[in-house]
Amino acid sequence: MTGQEIVFALLGVVAVGSGVLVVTTRQIVHAALWLVVSFGALAGGYLVLTAEFVAWVQVLIYVGAVVVLLLFGIMLTRAPIGAAELDSGNRWAALAVAAGTAAVLVTVVVLGFRGVSAPPKAGGGSAEELGAAVFRTWVLPFEVLSVLLLAALVGAIVLSRSDIGPPEPGHEADRDVHRDGEEDR
Amino acid sequence: MHLLYPAVVSALLFSVGVYGVLARRNAILVLMAVELMLNAVNLNLVAFDVFWRDRLHGGQVLTLFTIVIAAAEVGLGLAIVLLVYRNRQMIDVDRLRDLAEDRAPGKALDPPGEATPDWVAEGAS
Amino acid sequence: MIVLASLTILLPFAAAFAGMLLGPRLSRLLRPRKVEPVPGGGPATTEQAWWRAAITAERSPLRNGPALLACLPLALAAVFAAIVAFTVWRSPGARTGTLTLIETGSVPIRVGLQADGLAAVVGLMVCCVALAVQVYSIAYMAKDPRYSSYAAFISLFTAAMLLVVYSGDLLLLYVGWEVMGVCSYFLIGHHWEDRANSRAAVKAFLVTRLGDVGFLLGILALGVGAKSFVIEDVLARLSEMPHATVTAAAFLLLAGVAGKSAQFPLHTWLPDAMAGPTPISALIHAATMVAAGIFVVARLYGVFVTGSGVLTLLGVLAVVSMVGSALAALAQDDIKRVLAYSTISQLAVMAAGLAVGADTAAIFHLLTHGAFKALLFLAAGSVILVTGSNLLGRYGGLRRAMPVTFWSMTVGLAALVGLPPVSGWFSKDAVIEAAQHAALHGDPEPQGWFSATPIPETGPPPPSITQFHGGALKAYAEANFTQVNWVAPPLPGWAAWLVYLGLLLTVALTAAYAVRLWLMTFFGEQRGDFEPREAPKLMTWTVAALAVPAAIMGFFGGGAEELRPHVGSALIALALAGLGGGAAFLLWNRDPARDPARVLGPVRPVLERGFYVDELYALVIVRPVRAAARLVVAADARGIDAAVVGAAGAARRLGGALRAPQNGNPQTYLTGLLAGVVVIAAVVVVFL
Repeated sequence: MTGQEIVFALLGVVAVGSGVLVVTTRQIVHAALWLVVSFGALAGGYLVLTAEFVAWVQVLIYVGAVVVLLLFGIMLTRAPIGAAELDSGNRWAALAVAAGTAAVLVTVVVLGFRGVSAPPKAGGGSAEELGAAVFRTWVLPFEVLSVLLLAALVGAIVLSRSDIGPPEPGHEADRDVHRDGEEDR
Repeated sequence: MHLLYPAVVSALLFSVGVYGVLARRNAILVLMAVELMLNAVNLNLVAFDVFWRDRLHGGQVLTLFTIVIAAAEVGLGLAIVLLVYRNRQMIDVDRLRDLAEDRAPGKALDPPGEATPDWVAEGAS
Repeated sequence: MIVLASLTILLPFAAAFAGMLLGPRLSRLLRPRKVEPVPGGGPATTEQAWWRAAITAERSPLRNGPALLACLPLALAAVFAAIVAFTVWRSPGARTGTLTLIETGSVPIRVGLQADGLAAVVGLMVCCVALAVQVYSIAYMAKDPRYSSYAAFISLFTAAMLLVVYSGDLLLLYVGWEVMGVCSYFLIGHHWEDRANSRAAVKAFLVTRLGDVGFLLGILALGVGAKSFVIEDVLARLSEMPHATVTAAAFLLLAGVAGKSAQFPLHTWLPDAMAGPTPISALIHAATMVAAGIFVVARLYGVFVTGSGVLTLLGVLAVVSMVGSALAALAQDDIKRVLAYSTISQLAVMAAGLAVGADTAAIFHLLTHGAFKALLFLAAGSVILVTGSNLLGRYGGLRRAMPVTFWSMTVGLAALVGLPPVSGWFSKDAVIEAAQHAALHGDPEPQGWFSATPIPETGPPPPSITQFHGGALKAYAEANFTQVNWVAPPLPGWAAWLVYLGLLLTVALTAAYAVRLWLMTFFGEQRGDFEPREAPKLMTWTVAALAVPAAIMGFFGGGAEELRPHVGSALIALALAGLGGGAAFLLWNRDPARDPARVLGPVRPVLERGFYVDELYALVIVRPVRAAARLVVAADARGIDAAVVGAAGAARRLGGALRAPQNGNPQTYLTGLLAGVVVIAAVVVVFL
């Protein structure tokens, strides 16, 4: 077991452990904070795997943006910040399914990649390399992704604004009358 | 470095996400669990990209894309959650049961043997 | 000839539709401008308004649209029928004509008519009686709001009967037969507002329909056996057909005859049919419906003669009907029911005549009965109109107030009893004589002749009942007679004696109830609360006009030898009639205010209810059928329906079990989905 492996294992334990806390904690804000820990540990894992650009992006977007967004959501929905029943009655079934999933996945992974190992080569995940890859090979998906982001932006705005949406019947009728009048003119 | 480490961590993290999605009641917590699952996938992508030494860096680029998509998904998801909250004053996933069939039409069936034609009743008298 | 016969049928038929569609309109068209608008049956309510309407209608039947449309075509049809009868009399022979041929693929249906002596005289009788009834109805139904449909149905009824009479084809005959059934239903139920009336109509319809099923099957058996539905062909091929077929067909036909002619055991509809207006009773009893049964037996006499045992059965049924219904008539309170039972009795006399082989005499009795029974019913209608009651117990002393009705009714009752020299005496005597002969000698003379093969216009004259029309004709017929004779096989001795004794007993009973009716209606003190007066003139005239044929028609039969009165049987019958009538008179004389039927004592209710035949049927047939119907309904509701509903319920419950997971909670859905994926993945991992 190399040092790399030890560090990764520790980071993995932190990530999985804080993930477990995210899904089990009784306090919703704590869940968000444990999520930060989990994401941070994963970012460390990326670094160990030499994917430095991804690691920073992970920190920036996940820890910096997504979690903040989630916290905003928590606050906007005035969710019970103290201890409350956050689990549904489905918990035992969920536990069984999750355990099954873990068992199957771990079994498959262990059976499939038992002997595979390779020393990571530094520099493979630098910003330069990735930038070249994105803008050379993956430029079309990149552009498509920008359209997707735009769509998500518009959708989010439409969903969260209360003053637009399906018009009420009275307004619709008024508008129709108005339009009719215009046509008459 | 052994490939099993990131793979197993990824599998476990995914399972934890599954549990969270299935067991949590609060919609925002469900979204968090979804993020956990996405991260498990990301970890897998990065690990295999590194281990196979992909010259095109497909795994890592796809990870970036996934992160972006995840951000968009969280944005949209939160918008939906807020909309639900505005309409119902709560965001408990297991109480949003509009998918269920309405139970009222069950009363349409008449109990059998009640209606007797009047000419028979007349014959009986 | 055939054209005239078809016109005779078609005129009332067209009149029916014209009256239904145009009658009230014509009435409005003819209405005088100044006179108050009552004729034509405006719904007048009060008694005075009715009298006024009746008087107005009587005064000006020319302004009554439906009446005009009903009477004029019928009068024209009567003229045509008379011409047909006259022609057949002058040169006897069956005229047949085919109007059209309907191809059916197997046996073609020939829409053809046959005018021979039998058809001609019966057709003439039908037209005359129907005309009398129509004229009478103008006054009788003056206040009725539905007079127009009433008159139209009478026209249709008449047309149907004429179709039966003139028909040359069994299927065509059946058409008329069924149309009559429907018309009788409508007319008996004319006052359907009263539930009893509509029930009586349904009863008449169903009971006759029961017989008609047999009738139709009999016709089909004959038609298929003979490979033709033409009556002449069927009769000609009887000898070629299997004996069993003919016998079966005869028995089946007999069922229809018993239903239509109200013979035991299907007679129960006739007394109830009195629910209809009185002129309808006259029409049904005298001319149309019940006469059809006897007529068909005469028309298809060959079938009945050939089939073994049929005539015996007919004779036995006739005896049961005539004695039973005469006894029942003795105890009735309702004047119309008395007459109704007497009709059953007299029809049974005709059937007895047919059974002993005296078909000519039977048809002769049918004609005289048509005349005097129409007379009796119409006169009874006048009495009912004046007194406002059907019950004998509420009449009395009408002799002075209603002289015309009284004398007409006297003639009619004399004919019913069979007093010389009115018509009934001749005809009944002929039947009794034939029965006596059959009983004493066991081998009746061949008295009925029916053509078995089609006869061309110029061919030998046929042998038919035209003999009533005169001795010259008779001689001519006998001289040229070359056709097959349908000689009735002798009845078994016991049956012949039964028929003979039944006839004699009936004569005595008939005299008794006729005298009772006569005395209770016209003599003694007035018992009911009414103002005695004569009925409207239109009605009395009609009744008086009918009295003429009822009185003198018997002399027409003098032309035929077998219809002449015989001293022996006539004396016996007269003595018995005198006995019955005298007994009734003595009983009445003891206390004129009371009903002579009181001496019947405890037997009276039995007779009054017609031997509880209705109750017996209710017990044996109606109740089991109703119980079966209830059973079927119950089986339908609890069995079939419950199975259907239960299947639905079971499916619902099963679905309910499957529905429990479908609770709308997306988390459970997702749990199930992922569990499935895990299981599949595990299976793949473990086994592949």
